Amino acid sequence: MALDPTTIRRIATLARIQVDDDRLEPLSQELNGILGWIAQLNEVDVDGVEPLTGGAQMAMKMRDDAVTDGGYPDKILANAPDRNGAFFAVPKVVE
Amino acid sequence: MAYAIEGATGAWEVVVGLEVHAQVISQSKLFSGSSAAFGAEPNTQVSFVDAGFPGMLPVINRECVAQAVRTGLGLNAVIHNVSRFDRKNYFYADMPQGYQISQYQHPIVGTGVVEVELSDGSVKEIGVTRLHLEQDAGKSLHDRHATKTFIDLNRSGVALMEIVSEPDIRSPEEAGAYLRKLRSILRYLGTCDGNMEEGSMRADVNVSVRKAGEPYRTRCEVKNVNSVRFVMQAIEAEAARQVEVWESGGSVKQETRLFDPNRLETRPMRSKEDAHDYRYFPEPDLLPLVLEDDWVAALKASLPELPDAKKARFRAEYGLTAYDAAVLVAEKATAEFFETVAKGRDAKIAANWVTGDFFAALNKTGATIDNPPISATDLGALLDLIADSTINGRIAKDVFEAMVETGKSPATIVAEKGLRQVTDTGAIDAAVDAIIAANPDKVAEYRSGKDKLFGFFVGQTMKAMAGKGNPALINETLKKRLA
Repeated sequence: MALDPTTIRRIATLARIQVDDDRLEPLSQELNGILGWIAQLNEVDVDGVEPLTGGAQMAMKMRDDAVTDGGYPDKILANAPDRNGAFFAVPKVVE
Repeated sequence: MAYAIEGATGAWEVVVGLEVHAQVISQSKLFSGSSAAFGAEPNTQVSFVDAGFPGMLPVINRECVAQAVRTGLGLNAVIHNVSRFDRKNYFYADMPQGYQISQYQHPIVGTGVVEVELSDGSVKEIGVTRLHLEQDAGKSLHDRHATKTFIDLNRSGVALMEIVSEPDIRSPEEAGAYLRKLRSILRYLGTCDGNMEEGSMRADVNVSVRKAGEPYRTRCEVKNVNSVRFVMQAIEAEAARQVEVWESGGSVKQETRLFDPNRLETRPMRSKEDAHDYRYFPEPDLLPLVLEDDWVAALKASLPELPDAKKARFRAEYGLTAYDAAVLVAEKATAEFFETVAKGRDAKIAANWVTGDFFAALNKTGATIDNPPISATDLGALLDLIADSTINGRIAKDVFEAMVETGKSPATIVAEKGLRQVTDTGAIDAAVDAIIAANPDKVAEYRSGKDKLFGFFVGQTMKAMAGKGNPALINETLKKRLA
């Protein structure tokens, strides 16, 4: 799988990362290098092997349903670039 | 007769599938310990996990998992003992993580089925494709400021069940019946309050049209429709639009649309074309969700009686009609109210009072079944007063009205107003004799064969006794005296 500059542009847009045009070609080479390295895994025969979703072969721990957190709006809002009262304020999003 | 849209080129069949987002009833959120309650001050029920702060890790809420399993069981669905969470990546201001934790490839619940009853009395099965758990987003308020949107993250991270139906729905009526049935099941199970107005249940509607016998054509998704009526209207409007597109030589483009209930039309969302490139991948912060058979079995054993089973029991146990039974089981609270009234009494009379006068009183007072103007115990006591001949059926209606107005018990009202039925034959004889004496011409007409006048005599006697006469005794006495 090779990434061309158009695909790089699209991935960058989806991730909301600004990429200048002169960075597209070097970036695609770098990313293709990484993908090529990982692609070696494709040589392993995995027929009949269950997909592995994590390194730890254990089930997820669950917690009890109790309210143990929250109640600190000032801490939540502390880093907000803009706020209005207890709300975050962002540029208007209208659909 | 199957529902169809009549176009210039003939009849078109409508094909609909519904994705319902149902907010899970729980104390705390799916992956954090902050409160899941509705209506708190903005951003007071937000933890660092819900706000997407770096380095915070999700820990799943056992009760939310249990609620999803209960719902799956209630939908007669397959429970997957191993499921997994994935990240669905997109940017929106009210979703601070930049992704939603959802279940894409391996949902907790697989295929199931919902039976719906239609107005022609037929029953149809609507398939359920899957149910999965995911996080809700925060809330955006667009109308508080000219140039800014305000964000409240209290809802961010609350557990949702997304319930996806098969494209088995063929009319707005079927869609409405499916939604109502689903809501009824969720409420019985106590897994979602089903309140569409408050947004705790929302529907995305997938609509396409086709000629009979064709494979499916391209569908459009109408997003976030928030009432049963709007879902039905949206299907009608969107199907009509698509028929027009096809018949004018165009082709329907797969897209996301919004329904405008004021104009009864759908319009495309102004979204970027890549809005649907979610780049799902397995959630690295969570291990697989593994359910023990014993745990699932215990949940199954503790399920309440569901609407279908209750309806069958009401018909068998109380001899109710299919219609009355369906009306009474639609809401769990209504069914419980009815059973309290019917216990140890004539069930058909109880059903008539509950679906008749009682429902009318709910409508009139604007009260709900959860907070009724009169209690089931009091309504039962009123029925007892009729059954033991303390009052007659007509007076009972007056007593009922007074109960709704004053909240007093029927016995108190009967005593205070002196409404006790007159069963003293002496008093009835006297009243009947007076009426006969006062109407010699009518008596003559009746005796010469005008049988219809009997009702006149009953009415006059009842009136003379202020409505409190025992109807059976009055009839009997009149028949004797007029013979």
